[in-house]
Amino acid sequence: MSESATGTLTAPEQPAKRSRPGGTLYRGNEGMWSWVLHRITGVAIFFFLLVHILDTALVRVSPEAYNVVIGAYQTPIMGLGEVALVGAIVFHAYNGLRIILVDFWSWATRHQRLLFYIVIALWVITMLGFTPRHLINVFSH
Amino acid sequence: MTTIEAPRSPSRPARRGVNLEKWGWIYMRVSGVLLVVLIFGHLFVNLLVGEGVKAIDFGFVAGKWASPFWQWYDFFLLWFALIHGANGMRTLVNDYTNPGKVQTTLKVALGAAVVVLLTLGTLVIFTFDACPAGSPAELLPSFCPAA
Ligand code: HEM
Ligand code: HEM
Repeated sequence: MSESATGTLTAPEQPAKRSRPGGTLYRGNEGMWSWVLHRITGVAIFFFLLVHILDTALVRVSPEAYNVVIGAYQTPIMGLGEVALVGAIVFHAYNGLRIILVDFWSWATRHQRLLFYIVIALWVITMLGFTPRHLINVFSH
Repeated sequence: MTTIEAPRSPSRPARRGVNLEKWGWIYMRVSGVLLVVLIFGHLFVNLLVGEGVKAIDFGFVAGKWASPFWQWYDFFLLWFALIHGANGMRTLVNDYTNPGKVQTTLKVALGAAVVVLLTLGTLVIFTFDACPAGSPAELLPSFCPAA
């Protein structure tokens, strides 16, 4: 440190990074991201469900009305939307089970981080099984 | 002489009676486990079996709801999912608004939506008519006299 030998004050060589506020808590770690994703997917599914109960109710209006609206679910764009919806549900479901395990089982509380990566792995496997099959249905026939 | 309270004694007496927040918390977990089964089953039958979404039309729904099993299946799916979702949304309203008019309005709207949609959804399942008079025969399920 040649600078300090002359007596001037120098800024610490590695500022910011180490003193990030709350770095020891949830902030920025798996715990935060699992919570953010759980919240966003929960809200998305809720709004889908509101619409879905209304579209299903069209069976009481007439077969024609129901078929027209359900026909919209069978277009390629909606087909991709359904992949997103199923992706959201599968994440929310697996992560929800993780939350429940963490709440009730002390082993899971200690290994919540590992469980988060297991959730991600199971999500990938489920989506790898679902997506090709669904897209083949949507883009053929 | 001043008496010093025992450490961590509550500053106000514990509330008595039913703890609704606790039951809400328990409900989220119990319904969550049931919903995994109900929703995965719903998606499997409607998206993965046979031609998936492409097979869904009025006749498909009529075929399912001809059986009380699928009627009650959808009934429980409807009630568990909507109440779980709405209770979760209530948590968000509590998190992002302060007590006051806006918060109350949002919660009343949420409650009203739940009551209306539970009523509508339940009526749709149990008053369903698979063979409505005057409909084109080709749209009706094969078990209808007109088809
Ligand atoms: C893209 C995915 C989905 C498709 C194609 C789909 C399709 C359908 C169809 C065809 C019905 C008519 C009855 C039956 O088949 O049992 C129905 C009803 C229903 N679905 Fe779905 N569904 C989907 C996703 C979901 C999800 C994620 C939920 C729950 C969050 C859900 C909840 C319901 C409920 C509660 C009913 C009964 C509605 C009523 O009471 O009138 N569905 N769905
Ligand atoms: C598939 C099965 C599901 C499981 C296992 C599940 C599990 C959970 C759990 C454990 C919680 C946390 C509650 C708490 O922190 O006290 C939660 C929250 C939530 N769920 Fe679900 N859930 C499922 C389906 C659904 C559906 C179908 C919807 C929408 C209709 C939904 C919407 C929400 C919302 C909005 C929240 C609040 C999120 C938050 O507070 O950040 N969930 N879920």
